[in-house]
Formats: sequence, C-alpha cells, structure tokens
Amino acid sequence: MKGRRLDLTSGHVDMTHGAGGRATARLVKDLFLAAFDEGGARPSNDAALVDLPPGRPVLTTDAYVVSPLFFPGGDIGKLAVFGTVNDVAMSGARPLHLTASFVLEEGLELAVLARIVRSMAEAAKEAGVRIVAGDTKVVERGKGDGVFITTAGLGVVPPGVTPTGGERARPGDVVLVSGHVGDHGMAILSCREGLEFDSPILSDTAPLGGLVAAMTEVVSDLHVLRDPTRGGLATTLNEIASQSGVGIRISERDVPVRPAVVAAAELLGIDPLYAANEGKLVAVCAPADAPRLLTAMRAHPLGRDAAIIGEVVLDREHLVELATSFGNRRILEWMSGDQLPRIC
Amino acid sequence: MRFVDEFRDGALAREIAAHVAREVDPGRTYTLMEFCGGHTHSICRYGLADLLPANVQMIHGPGCPVCVLPIGRLEQAIELARRPGVTLCTFGDMIRVPGRDGESLLLAKARGADVRIVYGPAEALRFARANPQREIVFFAIGFETTAPTTALACKQAESEGLANFSVLCNHVLTPPAVGALLDDPSSRIEGIVGPGHVCTIVGTAPFERFAREHARPIVISGFEPLDLLQSVRMLVRQLEEGRAEVENQYTRAVSREGNLVAQALVAEVMELREVFAFRGLGPVPASALRLRPRFAAWDAERRFETEVSDVADHPACACGEVLRGAKRPQDCKAFATACTPETPLGACMVSPEGACSAHFKYARLRPAESLTRRKGASA
Repeated sequence: MKGRRLDLTSGHVDMTHGAGGRATARLVKDLFLAAFDEGGARPSNDAALVDLPPGRPVLTTDAYVVSPLFFPGGDIGKLAVFGTVNDVAMSGARPLHLTASFVLEEGLELAVLARIVRSMAEAAKEAGVRIVAGDTKVVERGKGDGVFITTAGLGVVPPGVTPTGGERARPGDVVLVSGHVGDHGMAILSCREGLEFDSPILSDTAPLGGLVAAMTEVVSDLHVLRDPTRGGLATTLNEIASQSGVGIRISERDVPVRPAVVAAAELLGIDPLYAANEGKLVAVCAPADAPRLLTAMRAHPLGRDAAIIGEVVLDREHLVELATSFGNRRILEWMSGDQLPRIC
Repeated sequence: MRFVDEFRDGALAREIAAHVAREVDPGRTYTLMEFCGGHTHSICRYGLADLLPANVQMIHGPGCPVCVLPIGRLEQAIELARRPGVTLCTFGDMIRVPGRDGESLLLAKARGADVRIVYGPAEALRFARANPQREIVFFAIGFETTAPTTALACKQAESEGLANFSVLCNHVLTPPAVGALLDDPSSRIEGIVGPGHVCTIVGTAPFERFAREHARPIVISGFEPLDLLQSVRMLVRQLEEGRAEVENQYTRAVSREGNLVAQALVAEVMELREVFAFRGLGPVPASALRLRPRFAAWDAERRFETEVSDVADHPACACGEVLRGAKRPQDCKAFATACTPETPLGACMVSPEGACSAHFKYARLRPAESLTRRKGASA
C-alpha cells in the first residue's frame, strides 16, 4: 500500500485517519489488523462471517469512556473487551466474537492508541474471543477524551443451560458474590486528577466467561447472573430486586471487601458497596444449588474469594436491606448521581 | 480498619446505651441536638436513636455547610459560572443542590457553564496555573474546618501573583450558629453534641461562653457510633448533675486551644462579616468570613460585579425548620414524596451531610412506617 507509514513512536492521530482514505486504511492495516488478526487470514470486508456452535445466540454492546485511559490494573482497551465479554457471559453464555468501534480524538498519540489496541488483543486472547470487525472515526481536538471505544459481543448459551435473567430471582434464593467488591472503582478514583493518593488497589478487570462456564457446569439453572459494574453491588442488587419484584437481604459481614478499599473509601467518604467492579459477578440460585455453586466458584481462580452474602425475600417494596456488622439493619438505596468525594 | 473499627463495635455500643438507660431519670425527657450533619448521618446509619432510651430524643442540627448556604449565594455562584471565560470550581457536595426554580450547578453545566468538581482549593489553584486564559473561581463553602485550606490557597495565589484565580468566600462559623440556636426562645434544646471536626481547628474554648450564658451542656464529639453514644452519656450526666460545661469527648483529635497555625492563617486572610443570613437560622451577626482587603484581588465578590439576591426556598420545602431542629425530616410533607435524592426540593435532601438525606438513606425502613410516623407527629 502506498502512502505515509504509520509513525507509532511519535505520530499523532489526525483528521485523515478517520476520513476513509489511505491514511485510514494504513491505520487499520498497520495497527488494528496487525493486532487483532494475527495470521492475516481474514479478508478485509465490512462485515465478518462467523460460525456459531449449537445453542442460543446472545448479543450485547457497550461503550467505554473511561478517564484516565490507563489505571492501576488495566486500561480502556482491556475494559472494552472484558466489559462486553462479561455482559455476554452474564446471560449464561460462552462469549465468542467481538466487534470494536473507535472514536479517536485528533491529536491522540499513536503510541497510546497502539498500547490500547495491543492491550485489547491480549485481553481478547485471555478471554478466548476474537475481534472480528471494527470501525474508526476521528473527531476534532476537544470533542473527545482521547479515545472512546464501543464493543459488541456475540456468544452462545450452550444447550442444556437455562439462560439467566434479572427477573428470575425468587424468594428463598441465595445471593452470592464472586470476590472482593469495590476494587475497580477505588483504583480509578485513586488516580483521578486531583485525588491522587498512593494505594495498592488494582482494578479487578477480568473476563468472567471461564468462571461462568465452571458455574453452569455444576448448576445448569442459575437464576440470575450480573456483573456489578457502575453503581457497584448495591445498585446491582436493587436492579435485581426491582426486576424480579422481590426484596434482598444481605449481611455486611459476609460481603468481601479488601481492607485497602475500605480505608480508601472511608477517606473519600464513599461506600465500597457502590463502587464499580469489572471482574466480579453476583449470582442468584436456588438454595439447594448454593453449596455446589460456591464450591465450583471457589475452585476457579476468579472466584477464590466467593461468598454467600444473603437471600432473596418476599417484599412488596422491593427493598435491598443490609444487616450491618454493627448489629442494625438499614436500606441499601439505589445510587443517586455519581459517587462524588465529599468536603470533609 | 484500625482506629475506626474499634469505634464501631456494636456490642460495646449496646453496653454504653445500657449505661445511658440506667443513668437517665425516667420521669423526664432529654432533648439533645447533634450539631453536625456528620453526626446525623452516623446516628441514622447505625440506628443509634433505636439504641437509646425513648426519653432521650436526638434532634438534628444545622451543621451542614451545604444546607445552610442560602439559595441566593448558590445563585450567585451559578451566575458567575455562566459568564464566558469563567470556570467555577466547586466541591462535589454543591453540584446537585437546587437553587431558584430547581436550577443547579449540574444543570447549568449541562447548559454550557464551565463547572468543575474539585476536592479542594489546591486543585483549583493547579487548574488556574494550567489555564491562564480562564478566570478560575473557587466556590469556597464550609465551616471552620475548610476555611484554612481556602486561606492557604489565597496566600499561595498572592505569593505566585496568580492573576486568574479568585475565591467566592462563603465560609461560616459554628459558635455563632450555636448561639443563635440557643437564643431562640422556642428552642427545646437541653444539650448539644458539639462539632468535632470544627473543634480540631478552633478548639473547644469558643463554645464555653455559650454553655455558660445559656446554661446548656455542650460535649464536643467524634463521629463514630461509640463517640456519639459516649457524648450522649456525658450530656445526660451533666444534666443529671446540674452542670452546663463544655466537655471534650473527641480527645483523640481535639484540644481546648485547637490548631493555632490554622487559626492564624485564617485570621491573616479573612475577617468577620457583620452579618450572614443562614438558611434556616436567618441573619446571624458575626457568623461568616470574607477575604480581607489585602486579598481583594483574589476575592470574587470584589473582582466581578456580582450581588447576592434574596431567593425564597421552595414553598413545600421544610429545610429551614429541619435545620433549626423544629421539624424532623419525615415531618416535611414533601419528604420521600415530592422530594427525593433524584428530585430534591431542598439542599438537605441532596447534601451528603443533610438530615433529610440521612433519613432517606438509612432511616426510612418502610415507606408505610414513615407514613404512620408522619401522621402521629402531626396529630
């Protein structure tokens, strides 16, 4: 191909990279295809032909606008892969294929973009999915935040596995969480401009397809699976309660939270139960299935710290209640607005 | 977490509450006000009111700087933020507070005003250095706790000759507010759980006059559940023994004289306003701070042509009475109906230290119950 070579060391994104001409083609070939299509086997058509194994197909999409682009334990690229893979997995499906759309801001360093793209490629490999189609647009300087990524994910719920659903929690069901909550949210806050503090907290960004596969192998009828991302555990439980028309009671003592997360959250006046997670899931299952499920979760590296945290109850108000370590009960409300640091 | 978990021990809390129950005179009631919004949140979050005997009643005080800021002063900030070339830096607490006709900094931002959330004035200073072409206004609110950081920012701006930074100073003082509450002849307050964070700066001494003149005990308190229960016990004991002194429960952070360095810094940069109209309490003499003339160049009130207008609260909002302790949040007819964290009519529902927010978040166990309570209260 003719035209300027891509300068991945000191080059910047300019308007031509999104104009659809040679510069765009160069960017796609030298950067995206090089990372996502290792063998170079696929033809560069606008749409990808994919093969699906037997089962019910599942399709999802999500946009990633995270700032900063790189954070302790991850980056926007990794998040864009794992986030969507996890959304597919939360239906009980095996994630298989992704598409990725990039909105790049004029002036973004190509080295930064390359780092993100390589991170996505590694993440896809780790999650066992292929990025099969994509798109790139460039917006003028000041009209984006470096890079926005939208990914779509396709997967299949294997035959014999009942698809999960937020509306399927029933009174008596058991609520489990796959590990420590609040890591991602606190990791992001710890490096956000103006709030920088030294902390050992890493984002928990991880692909949950493998964990879900291990879980559905022992319990084929999981009622609900959710990844408690924005709004954290508390918001996810409220969503489930409201979708299923039930109440949920959890015990503060049983919810795993790392001491460093508790400390950072205390300092900032933030509740870790409302802080985002990117590698955790909440599961709701029939009480008889809970012990087996917990054992299977703990046997998987991403579920080592899994715990039973509460139960589903009859409640006309659809409230989520927390039995506190202090010994009282209180409502866990929906999160209102964003989690903002306080004055004092 | 060390030094926090110890103060949240449920078994110990019940033990202290049992001591209080033994020490109260069953023939009388004890009406105590916790001054700070932080206290209110702890009381609601840990259900402390339920642990105390029924004749010890806690009423919520005005110690939420976001809540006591009159709407006219919020409107002044919104108006400045809308001006071309101006960036208004604010604490996150203020961003969703409703002003005139429900307008807020958040809505103004959505309509194009440049509003940034900062964690403190140092961040606003950094922003001013990095953006010399913009006018950076720091919306300074808070009691004596945050005033020293604002003062320090002004001194730094002066020493750097930072010409595009200014402060919209709305710092208020707690001792005059306590005085105003006790001066009110209709006040039911028999003792005060005093402001712990504020006293790390000002010390306990400024409150001695009010305890003496109004013959009401004041116990400066920390914010954890055990702190609060111990403070209640200390107040009950004073009342039982007929004493009206300032006592310090929060000895791990507070001394009688306070932080002298911080006090000197504030005195160098700021001076008393003759009067400041608190939301809820009304005009209170010598209760707020403004920048001294030496810092006029960094004083947004002098730098911009701007005025504080008089804006009434929403007619259905009882924030004023809630802030005086005259009403409980659930006694307001808009509470949890027209006024919720998503659709706040007043600051008390949206500030992280607001009493209505505390009740909505923690104390509203069942809407049906709060309805019964409300009916009971008005009967």
